[in-house]
Amino acid sequence: MRYIPHTQADRQAMLDEIGVSSVERLFDDIPARVTDRFRPLELAPKSEMEVARTLEGLASLNAAPREPVSFLGGGIYDHYVPSVVAHLTSRSEFYTAYTPYQPEISQGTLTAMFEFQTLVCELTGMEVANASLYDGATALAEAALMAVRVVGRPRIAVARSLFGHFRRVVDTYAWAAGIEVVEVPYTSAGRLDRSAIPEGVAGLLVQSPNAFGVIEDLGGLKEALGEGLLVVAVHPLSLGVLTPPGECGADVVVGEGQPLGLPASFGGPLLGLFACRERYLRQMPGRIAGRTVDVDGTVGYTMAVATREQHIRRERATSNICTNSALCALTATVYLATLGAEGLRELALLNLNKAHYLAEKAAALPGHSLVFDAPFFNEFVLRLPSEPRRIRSRLAEEGFLVEDPEPLARLGLPGALRLAVTEKRTKEELDRFVRVLGGIR
Amino acid sequence: MSTIFDQSRTERVGGLFPPLDVPTRKVDHLLPTSLVRTRAPRIPNKSEPELVRHYTRLSKMNYGVDDGLYPLGSCTMKYNPKICEDLARIPSFAGLHPLADTRHAQGALRLLYEMSERLCGIAGLAAVTLQPAAGAHGELTGMFLVKRHFEERKEPLRTRILLPDSAHGTNPASAALAGFTVTELASGKDGLVDLEALDASLDETVAAIMLTVPNTLGLFESRILDVTERVHSAGALSYFDGANLNAFLGRARPGDMGADLFHFNLHKTFSTPHGGGGPGAGPLAVSAALADFLPVPRVVHDPEGYRLDWDAPRSIGSVHSFYGNFSVVLKAYAYLLLLGDEGLREVSENAVLNANYLQERLKRTYRLPYDRLCKHEFVLSGAGLAEGVSTLDIAKRLIDYGFHPPTIYFPLVVKEALMIEPTECESKETLDHFIAAMETIAREARENPELLHEAPRRAPVRRLDQTRAARNPVLRHPFDEKAP
Repeated sequence: MRYIPHTQADRQAMLDEIGVSSVERLFDDIPARVTDRFRPLELAPKSEMEVARTLEGLASLNAAPREPVSFLGGGIYDHYVPSVVAHLTSRSEFYTAYTPYQPEISQGTLTAMFEFQTLVCELTGMEVANASLYDGATALAEAALMAVRVVGRPRIAVARSLFGHFRRVVDTYAWAAGIEVVEVPYTSAGRLDRSAIPEGVAGLLVQSPNAFGVIEDLGGLKEALGEGLLVVAVHPLSLGVLTPPGECGADVVVGEGQPLGLPASFGGPLLGLFACRERYLRQMPGRIAGRTVDVDGTVGYTMAVATREQHIRRERATSNICTNSALCALTATVYLATLGAEGLRELALLNLNKAHYLAEKAAALPGHSLVFDAPFFNEFVLRLPSEPRRIRSRLAEEGFLVEDPEPLARLGLPGALRLAVTEKRTKEELDRFVRVLGGIR
Repeated sequence: MSTIFDQSRTERVGGLFPPLDVPTRKVDHLLPTSLVRTRAPRIPNKSEPELVRHYTRLSKMNYGVDDGLYPLGSCTMKYNPKICEDLARIPSFAGLHPLADTRHAQGALRLLYEMSERLCGIAGLAAVTLQPAAGAHGELTGMFLVKRHFEERKEPLRTRILLPDSAHGTNPASAALAGFTVTELASGKDGLVDLEALDASLDETVAAIMLTVPNTLGLFESRILDVTERVHSAGALSYFDGANLNAFLGRARPGDMGADLFHFNLHKTFSTPHGGGGPGAGPLAVSAALADFLPVPRVVHDPEGYRLDWDAPRSIGSVHSFYGNFSVVLKAYAYLLLLGDEGLREVSENAVLNANYLQERLKRTYRLPYDRLCKHEFVLSGAGLAEGVSTLDIAKRLIDYGFHPPTIYFPLVVKEALMIEPTECESKETLDHFIAAMETIAREARENPELLHEAPRRAPVRRLDQTRAARNPVLRHPFDEKAP
């Protein structure tokens, strides 16, 4: 096999040294009753060329329309990733390294983690950030658990306007931890109904922009919660133009980091962002890098405040997470460094303007309208004059990809489509989309 | 060690995106002022050459598998085939949106379906979920299933998880996160589960045992069938942590050992890169009795093709945003095709051969507390090597000799532990160099211990002040103050 270097002579020399007659003797401690039942997969090894062909064949079955124009969003967006990002993150010193347990030979990973934490704090307006969690959904679930630990009440309020995939994961984690989840409805403007926030909760989970693309007004929300923690899930690129939740009273900010230079990759790997106020540092989940010095006084980085973590605190740890999304965090770091503050703002404005252009044009079509009259970033919900599933199929025939309307219907919005518009959509594509949509009978 | 925040910056960079082609509207026309950020995030604008040099320099301060031997015990740091990286970048995989119409995702769904089938075959179990994003996430998902199982059986008293003291570090936290309490089981003198201690602990309050097979001492639980039979007859379940699957790949199946649940670490056994700490993938395999509890959605195959099935009323729900770490699963799938049955068997054969060879040679110089044939890894003790020399010193000195150190101070059952896993990818020549370095270090420890105390000397930084990092945490760039 290509990945095993031994010659027959090497193997024999090693067996002689060990003092056994054959490799099989090394497995004598596995009971025969176990090995007798072993069945192979009936899978013959393939050459690299054959495997490449097999995977390319499978890829070709992902038969999207020719030159598809995507309006898919819902947490995962089709953004342009500058070429330099993959060149740097493909350096194998980065991607073939393990968790930086030996800081002296992991300064690359650790320095990047420290940069990442700084960038997340800058975007969100928070004081501390960890080095990543698995995805936005588990980050939100971990935030719920943290709120319960901090406040000491097994009850959490969640906005109904969370992405479905966020809500499902929160529900699962909460069930297992014995936490009651209370849903807070949305108003006719698509925003959190503040009058319906229950009392006595450990926290409120709210998303902005929310599942309808609507930007929540977070002002005064923290005060309305009392002791409970305000947990806000964000779209990181929107923070190129939107007020960071940290300036609106948020205690914890989480988010899905995929828009920060990661491919959609059929939904994984993703990047869980997690940041909070410094006073909750000891309750935070996940790995954190910190700055220190070596014996010569040279600045260096190491894993810090690890006494919260599973390998030290064991069953009393703040989370069980070990492997996280380090390489995705590196990607996000390089991506944001490539954009710079100016580029990030430019990008956010491109998204904002293009989405508003499409919303205005589409809503002007007969029978179409925006479901909510509320501010949005790069995603919005459009009411349609007829059955949305049929419209979806017709759009696909013309090369336009939109989401299944069913999840929106379950959130109380039947007959509507959610559309996301990124910097990649051109005016020509947007105009053509509106023409096609208007022509569907 | 400067960061992008310490370095010089340029003025506006631009040039990445074309100018806006729709009519430009001012921000305050589109958004109420209160929602618009007034202070820009402090992200420096850097030119591309400066950026490339910064991250290239950082990369050179890292040590990866491509640099050399990386014998971290229980981490299975094997070579990551380059072809798998290329295949994950095929545009219609990398660009595929998780909410795309399933008619446009048939290749991806088929890949997930086939990988699930094959992982079932390797585990010897009935069903698999690919959702867990890492090993600990697989454990947690497994604990959720255990919880649901006893909830349905109306056995609310089963709240305890038994954990041998040689179990993996994440196990206790995973059990606790699912609402269980943990009872530790002391290992017997032979380093294996002590059947008497097990009998004494098993009662109607035990939900499951979490076993690492082989355990973190690198020892196969040779009485594994006695263990799982006792657990089952007490009405509890057997959870197997699969981090050490490399030890018996292609020759034994957890299902045949009595496992009810078993998680894979694709980033270990199936050679997907660790990425400096992730992403990984931790698929969970379970017995038929637990299959209905697996997360949704599930990939199913019917005459019309592959689709996502949400109709599972007994499911625990979801543990990931979508279908797990797809591109990691893809790389593992490609690796599995490259290996086939024959390759899987060669992996365990050579991984175990390498570990036993290293163990045999190194036990002549270092203390080996559990002296018997090992599987894919073994644990030495740095204690008693020389006065005042610790395992940490040995590890840091290895860096000077160009090797990544083993896992240290774990498992806790061995004092001053050095847990060594060479994997199947290392040549005899490399192992011999490592042995020579370890022997030299043992000599230095007796003759010139300062060399160890002052190590590493040949690394980008010398030993870092961990106490300072813990007592006075600086966790983001201090924009306002001077760096220390």
